[in-house]
Parts: sequence; C-alpha cells; structure tokens
Amino acid sequence: MSLDLPLVWAGIIATAVLLYVLLDGFDLGIGILFPFAASPRERDTMMESIAPVWDGNETWLVLGGGGLFAAFPFAYGALMPALYLPIILMLLALILRGVAFEFRHHGRARGKAFWTAAFAAGSVAATLAQGLVLGGFIQGVTLRDRAFAGGPFDWLTPYSLLVALGLLAGYALLGSTYLIWRTAGELQVRARRWAWIAAGATAALLAVVSVATLFVHPRIAVRWGFENGAFDLATLAPLLPIPLVGLVGLGVVVLGIRRAHHATSLIGAYLVFLSGYTGLAVGFFPNIVPYDMDFRQAANPDNTLGLMLVGVALLLPAILGYTVWVYWLFRGKVGGDAGYH
Amino acid sequence: MDLDALILSRLQFAFTIAFHIVFPSFTIGLASYLAVVEGLWLVTRNEAFKTLYLFWVKIFAISFGMGVVSGVVLSYQLGTNWSVFSTVASPVIGPLLAFEVLTAFFLEASFLGVMLFGWKRVGPGLHFSATALVAVGTLISAFWIVSANSWMQHPTGFTTLSDGTLRAVDWWQVIFSPTFPERFAHMVLAAYLTTALVVGAASAWRLLRHGPLEEEAACLALRMAIGMFAIVAPLQLVAGDLSGKEVMRVQPAKLAAIEAFWETRTEQPFHIAAWPDRAVEGNRFEISVPKLGSLITAGSTAAEVKGLKAFAPADRPPVFIVFWAFRVMVGLGILMIGLGAWGAWLLWRTRGPEYSRPFLWAAVAMGPAGFLAVIAGWVVAEVGRQPYVIYGVLRTANAVSPVGAGQVSASLLAFMVVYAAIFSVGVLYILRLIAQGPELPPRDMDEPPGNPLAAGAREGAR
Repeated sequence: MSLDLPLVWAGIIATAVLLYVLLDGFDLGIGILFPFAASPRERDTMMESIAPVWDGNETWLVLGGGGLFAAFPFAYGALMPALYLPIILMLLALILRGVAFEFRHHGRARGKAFWTAAFAAGSVAATLAQGLVLGGFIQGVTLRDRAFAGGPFDWLTPYSLLVALGLLAGYALLGSTYLIWRTAGELQVRARRWAWIAAGATAALLAVVSVATLFVHPRIAVRWGFENGAFDLATLAPLLPIPLVGLVGLGVVVLGIRRAHHATSLIGAYLVFLSGYTGLAVGFFPNIVPYDMDFRQAANPDNTLGLMLVGVALLLPAILGYTVWVYWLFRGKVGGDAGYH
Repeated sequence: MDLDALILSRLQFAFTIAFHIVFPSFTIGLASYLAVVEGLWLVTRNEAFKTLYLFWVKIFAISFGMGVVSGVVLSYQLGTNWSVFSTVASPVIGPLLAFEVLTAFFLEASFLGVMLFGWKRVGPGLHFSATALVAVGTLISAFWIVSANSWMQHPTGFTTLSDGTLRAVDWWQVIFSPTFPERFAHMVLAAYLTTALVVGAASAWRLLRHGPLEEEAACLALRMAIGMFAIVAPLQLVAGDLSGKEVMRVQPAKLAAIEAFWETRTEQPFHIAAWPDRAVEGNRFEISVPKLGSLITAGSTAAEVKGLKAFAPADRPPVFIVFWAFRVMVGLGILMIGLGAWGAWLLWRTRGPEYSRPFLWAAVAMGPAGFLAVIAGWVVAEVGRQPYVIYGVLRTANAVSPVGAGQVSASLLAFMVVYAAIFSVGVLYILRLIAQGPELPPRDMDEPPGNPLAAGAREGAR
C-alpha cells in the first residue's frame, strides 16, 4: 500500500481529539455554567439540552485515547505516565459528572443538591485537568528510550495553569453559545450574558496563551518566524490564516450573541477553537510527544495501521451519519417555557 | 522497577475492572431483555410487557451510565499504569480495542439517547430498533473485549521480531484465538444469567410484598426469569466445562491452581475444600474425593494431569485465590441450576411459582449471585494467568509504567473513595426503584420513560 499510514492515522487521531473538544466542550461548558443558573428548573433545562447526546460526545474521548493506544502505542505509553495525575483527575471528574445525569433525578432533596454540585464541580475539574494535560503536553515531556523519564509534577507550571484557565473560559463559551442555540426565554437571555463574559475571557486568555507558547520551547518560536531576536515574515506568512480564522470566529461570536441567532455564535466559537487547535499543533508537529518523538517513531507497523484504516473507512461514515441523525432528531429549543413557572 | 508501584497498580487495575465488570455484565443482559419485552409488547400489545419495559429501562439507564464512566477509566489506565504492556501488545491487539470503540461504543451511546429520550420523536418501530441496536452494541463490545482477553490468555497469530516487538501475522488467529469461542459463550451466558437473577429477585420481592393478583407484570417477569435459569444455567455449566478443557490444554498451570494439584499424576483426587499453600508446595488441609479430579478435568480417572510442581516456582499462579474463586463460581452456578429446576417444577406441577413463598425468598436471596459469580470467574481467569499479563510472552512485573508508588497510591485511594460513593448511591437508587415498583397503570407512550428530567421537573425538586 502506498498510503502514508502513520500520517493518515495522525490525522484521524487529531480529528477525533478535535471532535471531542468541540462536542464534549459544550457539555462540560454547561456544567461550568451550572452554578450561575437562576433556578433548579433552569438547570433541568440546561441538562435536558445535552442529556441525549453527552454519552456520544464523550465517546470521542475514548476514540482519542483508544486510538492513540492502537495507532501510536509509544506516544500513549509515554504521555499517560507523564501526565498521570491530571489524567486520573480528569477520569474521576468525568465519573462524578457522568453519573450525575441519572443520579440527580433519583436523589431526594439532599441527594439532588449533592449531584447538582457534583455535576458542576466535576465539569470544572475535568476541564481544568484537560487544560493541564494540554499545557503539560505543549511544554514537552522528558523521555529516555521512548519511555517517560521525568517527575510526577513536571506538568504543573504557570504555563499549564494558564492553559487550564483558558480552556475553562473556552468551554464556558461553547456551553453558553450552545445554550443560545438550544434554549429560549429567560435562560437564553442569561446564556447571552454568560457568552459575552466567556467570549471576552476566552479572547484575552487565548491571546496570552499564544504569546506564552512562543516562549515555552525555542522550536515553537522558530516555527512562527522568531529566531535569535530576528523575525522572518516569509515563515510567518503561510501561518497567518490561523490567527485570522480565530479573529473571524470572534467576530461571528459577537454577531451571533447580539442577534441570538440560532447556532451562529456556537459556530463562531468553533472557529476560535479551530484556530487555537491548529495554532498549537503547528508548534509541535510532527512531534507526537513533544519534543523528542515524532509520530512515525511512535507508530505501529503498517499491517496494524492498515487493518484499522479499513475499519475506520467502513465505520466512521456510519458513525458520523447516525450521530448527525441523533442531533437532528433532538433539534429545536428545549424547555422553551423555562423560567415562566 | 518500583515494586510498590507494581503492587499498587495491580490492585488499582483489579479494583477498577472488577467494579466496571459488574455493570456491563448486567447491562448486556438487560439490553437484550428490554429488546425482547419491547418486541413482545409490539407484537402482543400485552400492557404488562410495556410496564416491564418502562420499569427496567430506568434501572438500565442508571447501570449503563455507571458502566460508561467506569469504562472510560480503563481505556486510559492501560497507559497510565501499564505503559510497557501497551507498547508491547498494541501492534497485535490495538485493532481489537479500536474496533470495539468504532463498532460498539458509538452505536450504544448514540442509540441510548434515542432509547431513553426518543419516545416522542420516533415511532414505535424505530424506537424498538434503537433498543435492539443498543442490545447488539453491548454484545459486539463483549465480542471484542473477550477477543482481546482470549489473546492475552493464549496468544496466537503473531511473531516476535529480533528487537523483541510483536507483529501480527494472521489477524484471523489474533481475533479468533483458539480459546475465544468458549470464553465468549461463557461471558454472554454469564451476563444473561446475571440479569435474569436480578429481574427474578426484583419480581419475587414485588410478589412477596403484594401477591400475584396485584403484580401481573411481576408474575410474567418471574416466569421469564425462571425460563432463563432453567435453560441458561445448565448451558453455562457446559460452556464452563468446555472453557475449562481449553484451560487444561493451553494453560495447565492455571488448571493445576484451580484444582490445587501439586503432583503430576494419574487418578488426581478432587478437592472439595483445601488450604493450598505455595510455601509448603502442598495443601495444608484438604477434603477430597479420590480419582474424581482426573475424571472431571480430563475425562478419565486414568488420565495424567499436571500438578503445580511441574512448573518453576516463578511460573506458578497464586493458588489459594484461584482455587477458592473457582469454587465460589461453580458453587453459585450449581445453586442457579437448582433454582431453575425448582422454578420449573413449580411451573409444571403447581399453580405457579408466584404462590411459593420459599421459592420467592430463594429467588430474592439469589439476586446478587450473578455478580459474585462473574467477579469470581474473572478472578479465576486473570489471577490464574499470573505471573504473566500476556501468557508466556510478557510478565506482569515487566509491564508496569515508570510511575512512582506515591502517585499510584494517591490515585488508588481516590478511585476507592469515588467508586464507593457512586456504587452505594447507584445501588441505593436502583433498590429504591425496585421497592417502588412499576408505575401502574402504565404511563402513556408520550411520556419519556427514561427521562427523569421530566419527572424531576414535575416534582419541582431542587
């Protein structure tokens, strides 16, 4: 087969992770916004808007992790131990918020209050943990013989904390813009207010993270055209569309919030995420474990990747098809009467 | 290698996977059960089937959710704690786990949404299809995970390259390794039995409280459960025996541990109870039936069966745990067969099992038996595979991640606290639902049954 299988698989994993962030991002965002709802009824409506789809959204995380195991075992085997504590924190937080979907409605007064809090706290903690994982990843991982050889807290730095805060703002933006799309009435008014705040925070933190990332590793700065105090416009020019998409996205977000127009603000937020995602990827690609292991060194042999590619080619279109169908099935405003009782 | 990190990682994996396995083994069976009762309702229009569906789907939603979140943990834990295993095994079994996500997890997750929240939005036929797809998804998931586990128990279809890495040479042999068919049958039957026992216990409890006249649906469910005990429990004995024969063929050390055989000999005795001790290389105490051991394991008293001393001490699995876990599993299995026979006799010769209070109490008592048997069976399979994680290829001690004992003890403690909390709360909510029983008369189809949001909104709770 003449296909560059490791490259194809790098693309598949990158797509799975991006889809996870875009889809579970608004789910987690709704958990982050939970404490700010005006009433228990509003919280019910918020949860109702994601209840039929959250499980499917989270499955992209399993595909991301399982796919990394199956396609790039050396990356999986190096990154998971390196990011041990934030990964475990993320898993525990996802458990608490995941069971809350059902438990919240079987609990009596105190139980319900507890699982409401667990949903919010779990969503915030899972988001922060994912930010710490991302920050720790971008900073780079200490390797020896393709295995992790650093310390247990290598990932904990001001940079990774900054990234975690940025992701918190970003997911809140996804959550609030999703609510603008899926709700009406007072809750939608509130969601627009949340979206303004989250958009401002996301824009500011994304800018700060972008600048900070240039200082994290010399290779990133070089990639963007800054080398030894000199600046090379020819290197930067082809990458300019990336920040540009982010700026356009912010504009779309603003427009969408003002007019409360369907999914417009959510689509704008997606453009912002796409910009941030590719912007970070440019810095470390083709490394899959920054900055000592590229995706080819981490990949499984071609016979393994080839077999799995056949599976993906057959199954992924079906998965995307029924996922879109499920979203279509549950379209429209939920609990449009929220706040009127 | 950090010895403490190894032991803690093993404890953590055992704890998290034993916790997880409880939910799939229940939801695999319950999904099929829901598909059956929904199908029967569509065909017969007997309202009792709808009552059963609407009741059990709520319990399904709770159990499935707990299975999902505890399953996500496992897909990351292979890397956090067993990175060497991951890098060694991935070229061969990576595709099996990837296919599980692609063929099962997305299917289950997406159609679960339709199953729980889609009543108003799709017709009865499409809704039934969603239930059936979730049920099929759970079986596909079991297929891949048992396939991967069977390969770890008896790896075939691969070669070891000069640099020590593994390479698949025959995917068919990897996916359908020789012990796979028996293991898959054994697991699926176990899931069906587990579910039938829970459904039977819940129905018996309703009948004990209210009597058969008020509990038409519970009578129906109890009779269905008895049918499952009577047919599936004996089948499971056959599947288990076939699986055991495979173990003797490919993992003789595990078989020796299961039966606490130390010497290699003909006319092995069967130990009903024993206290096997690796330190003295023998049983400190045993109650045995002469010659029966060879007969059960090899089919003839004259057959020579290997004992543990035939293997180097470093290659022997822990005996005590494996021996007793096996006896717990088989003992519970025999009780299940007995319950099935009793129930079948009551159905056949009396006016019905719902009038026999001793039988109803026995059914209630056997409610958790499936879970215990599944965990015990899992212990036999996995502890019996020690000291290897990939049998004959990679030792567990060499498979662990380069992480410190401090991190692993912190995570193990956190898992224990969180799992204890969600397990006890989940069980409490399920028991509470069983105690409340199905809502009578059945609610209108318009109302989303698994949608507790609506119920929550009605109650106007916090």
